[in-house]
Amino acid sequence: MTGILDAMAAVLIRNGLVTAFAFVGLTVWISYLVSGKLTGGRIHGSAIAILLGLVLAYVGGITTGGSQGLADIEILAGVGLLGGAMIRDFAIIATAFGVSMDEIRRAGRGAVLSLFAGVFVSFAVGAAIAFAFGYTDPVSMTTLGAGAATYIVGPVTGTALGATSEVMALSVAAGLVKSMLVMTGTPFVARFIGLDNPRSALVYGGLMGTTSGVAGGLAATDPKLVPYGAMTATFYTGLGCLLGPSVIFVIIRAFFG
Amino acid sequence: MVIYGVSILAVCMLAGLFLGDLLGKLIGVQANVGGVGLAMLLMILLSDKLRRAGRLMPLTEQGILFWSSIYIPVVVAMAAKQNVLAAVKGGPAAILAGAGAVVVSFALVPALSRIGHPPSGASIQEAEGKDRKDRTDREDLEERTDREDGA
Repeated sequence: MTGILDAMAAVLIRNGLVTAFAFVGLTVWISYLVSGKLTGGRIHGSAIAILLGLVLAYVGGITTGGSQGLADIEILAGVGLLGGAMIRDFAIIATAFGVSMDEIRRAGRGAVLSLFAGVFVSFAVGAAIAFAFGYTDPVSMTTLGAGAATYIVGPVTGTALGATSEVMALSVAAGLVKSMLVMTGTPFVARFIGLDNPRSALVYGGLMGTTSGVAGGLAATDPKLVPYGAMTATFYTGLGCLLGPSVIFVIIRAFFG
Repeated sequence: MVIYGVSILAVCMLAGLFLGDLLGKLIGVQANVGGVGLAMLLMILLSDKLRRAGRLMPLTEQGILFWSSIYIPVVVAMAAKQNVLAAVKGGPAAILAGAGAVVVSFALVPALSRIGHPPSGASIQEAEGKDRKDRTDREDLEERTDREDGA
């Protein structure tokens, strides 16, 4: 019996990406079943699928102790490739096919402003929380603020400023929390923040900034809006890495240094 | 052929990421600045140009549309490989910092969506659903007429 199981596992491991196609297909199918049967279609199937993905990632993290979620389980390593940055960006760029240039030009000013507003607001909130939890030195405050921007800005800023590894880990965790909340929360708040047209999607992408969060959040809300949000969001991390260790650190140091 | 579409997509991505890396080096940050966004802009411009020239064959389109339609499953796989454990283990400081940033950013979406747009006179009652509905209807109308003017 174990012989057969081992042979099966060997096939799955050897063909990781194909295994991921089968596995993700199954996950999506179950999610749409749950969406239709249990929620009467009120919660979108893709929202449930993303939530299920996160739950599975948690299970993967607990069972393996790794940092790649489900992809750390050997037979599901292909999920890491399918959901990795390369394929994800390839699919995101494909969504831009057929997008109207007019919409982007029209929202231009608002989109650029939303990028700056998003970065500053996230740093401010993160720094305030850091202060409230006793991290009162400007370096720690800026680093946690950077994490509240995205989980890439956090360690980049922390490294530049020489933050402690404890604060860096905290900033990465803050960024991960943000990305997950954006993924799961967006479909529920979309109606209240007017997220139903390309213009607001561009602004939303710039404000949130987490590419994975925006990618998931819009997919679960309205796939037609994905390219608009994703486009601005991809500028956010760069802007955060630029402003964090420079302008924002100087501002925070002026007040708390 | 289908591969032409996939290939166009690939070239757009590589060119965009290269420009993003270059931009990052130029402003001196250790990150790719807008690489994917630039690739998307390339994709939009290129597909528009090819379509106008009548060079975009349905089979070529299929090569791009497949990847665009596989997007949601890819996002599900992306969710499944996140470090959820680390996020949960970060404790209250990390959770509050992340959640606070999300809540405030969400709240700013309606305000910033109005920028670059004639004031509708209903800016304060933004939260009321009906106002917003009226506003978007009006926007749709404007957009439609704009486009007709442009054509």
